Amino acid sequence: MTAIAAEGVMKVFGQGDSQVVALKEANISVEPGELVALMGPSGSGKTTLVRALSLIDPPTRGHIAVGDDVVFEGERVLTDDRRMRRERMGIIFQAYNLIPFLTAAENVALVLTLNGVSKREAMKRTNKLLSRLDLAPRADTYPATLSGGEQQRVAVARAVVNDPAVILADEPTGALDTERGKAVMDLLRQLGREQHTAVIVVTHDERMIEGFDRVYHMTDGRITNH
Amino acid sequence: MNLAIRDVEYRFGTFVLTAFGVGLLLATVMAMGGIYRGIVEDGLSLVRAPRADLWVVQKDTNGPFAESSRIPDDLYKVIRAVPGVREASPVSFQSLQFEYASKLIRVQIVGYRPGNLGAPPAVAGGRPIVASRYEMVIDRKAGIPIGAQLPSGRIIFTVVGLTEGIVSSSGDPAAYISLQDAQELQFLKASEAVRNERARLQADLKANPMLAGVPAESLSEILQNTNLANAILVKLDAGAVPEEVTRRIEQWNHYRAMTTADQEALLAKTVIEKPRQQLLLFRIILMAVSTVIIALIIYTMTMEKTRDIATLKIIGAPNTKIGGLILQESLALGLLGYGFGAVLINLTYQYFPRRVAIMAFDQYVLLGIVVVICVLASFIGIRRALNVDATIAMGGGA
Repeated sequence: MTAIAAEGVMKVFGQGDSQVVALKEANISVEPGELVALMGPSGSGKTTLVRALSLIDPPTRGHIAVGDDVVFEGERVLTDDRRMRRERMGIIFQAYNLIPFLTAAENVALVLTLNGVSKREAMKRTNKLLSRLDLAPRADTYPATLSGGEQQRVAVARAVVNDPAVILADEPTGALDTERGKAVMDLLRQLGREQHTAVIVVTHDERMIEGFDRVYHMTDGRITNH
Repeated sequence: MNLAIRDVEYRFGTFVLTAFGVGLLLATVMAMGGIYRGIVEDGLSLVRAPRADLWVVQKDTNGPFAESSRIPDDLYKVIRAVPGVREASPVSFQSLQFEYASKLIRVQIVGYRPGNLGAPPAVAGGRPIVASRYEMVIDRKAGIPIGAQLPSGRIIFTVVGLTEGIVSSSGDPAAYISLQDAQELQFLKASEAVRNERARLQADLKANPMLAGVPAESLSEILQNTNLANAILVKLDAGAVPEEVTRRIEQWNHYRAMTTADQEALLAKTVIEKPRQQLLLFRIILMAVSTVIIALIIYTMTMEKTRDIATLKIIGAPNTKIGGLILQESLALGLLGYGFGAVLINLTYQYFPRRVAIMAFDQYVLLGIVVVICVLASFIGIRRALNVDATIAMGGGA
């Protein structure tokens, strides 16, 4: 069973003469525990594909399945996209996007509480995870006072805390130096393997994809090879 | 995890300052409400003070507070003979200005026969008037102490007592004096005016061959009649029917009898109504301004959180969670602002130059309105939040 699969995914922006086809018949399939990189130049459609797969910005046409569930078919979203993301996906952003008024621990625990886990249990699981990521001393710190690397590690913790089926990471090392970037990638790789989670990472830095199982290349909205 | 509480805690200083600003606005709304109530209370305090059942006034007039009403002061003797009347006594009202401690103090003079109807309902300090001349009981609001000497025309009054909260519809403190003093102040002309009037009368007499020999001095005493009052206050026997007593009094053609309720209604309609409407309109405008300001604050607070809301959408937070964040913050802002406003107005209302009557009922109504305003204001923020495009959290790129 694939963790996530997309077939014939198209994304068209605009209409008529101003129409831009951002994704052209994109096909991708990632197994549980598999680590996949999505590479390509700027404007090639990597982020559009991540947005489409997560239904943040659904495709114009295509087929997407998460596990056994078809979540997009033809031109229709077949599921509650937010519920799908909070229960089955972890998403990591280039700019970390931690909620500024929550502490590091609360940012992570939030995902659990959104899924109905009690605050007490959520904090217990969060603190355990943060300890593992060497972030325990920073658990009660607000994001504004965390370093970039620490913020991204908290963002990774937020993405994995709910044992999702798929992690989608959009340029997670884009704002970090090479050393910190590699540390974040190592963490993703390690957590992905342990939790048997499919990890799709958008990057254009080849130094970051060492040890990845597969690399998809994108050009002009098409996946050209993998 | 309550996001609204955490957000408020995070930006506590800013939030409290904003709530304080809202509180100042709401304090102004409360003050306007208090002034509105105060005008009604003040306006009616003089009517209610004597606790009369009926007010007998000049026919075709609306009584001493709305129009000029002049009736003979000895009319009370005749009214006392009407079946059902237990007590009747004349009163007069006029505005007067005193100078005290280099300050001009405007008062509402109430002239009455000491020991009879028309006396202040209670004396909060000192004693009531006992002498028939030159004593005064004045409201505390005038700021004049017991024992003060107040000259007015030919009379020097001595303040012997103080009342509490009896003022005219324009907010001037009441000053009770004997009817005789009041008549002298109101109707007795100055020497120069008497001389001028006498000269004019003499000229008129000379012009009339029938009266040419009559000296003006002999007539001017008769013409300068000060035995007038503005109303006769009537207290009825227990069981007397006011309508029946009124009918009997009005049979004399030139007098009108009104119940205290009529007098209050008339005063409310004629004297108080315009300032009341003005204040009501001002209150409505203030509430509208408050609504807009709270809505703008909530909208701005939501705009500041656009990226966070987009992130919440991406990590799967349902609309109820996002809407709850905005609604709860809006309510917290309104309620904290209301609290600040209530504390502020309760600490300062006694320093206003006019009475500010803070009523619990009004406060509860305003609290309800604030809650409604906050809910309405939050709708704008929630609408904005629900329209936030989640992709903005992911930045640009394709």
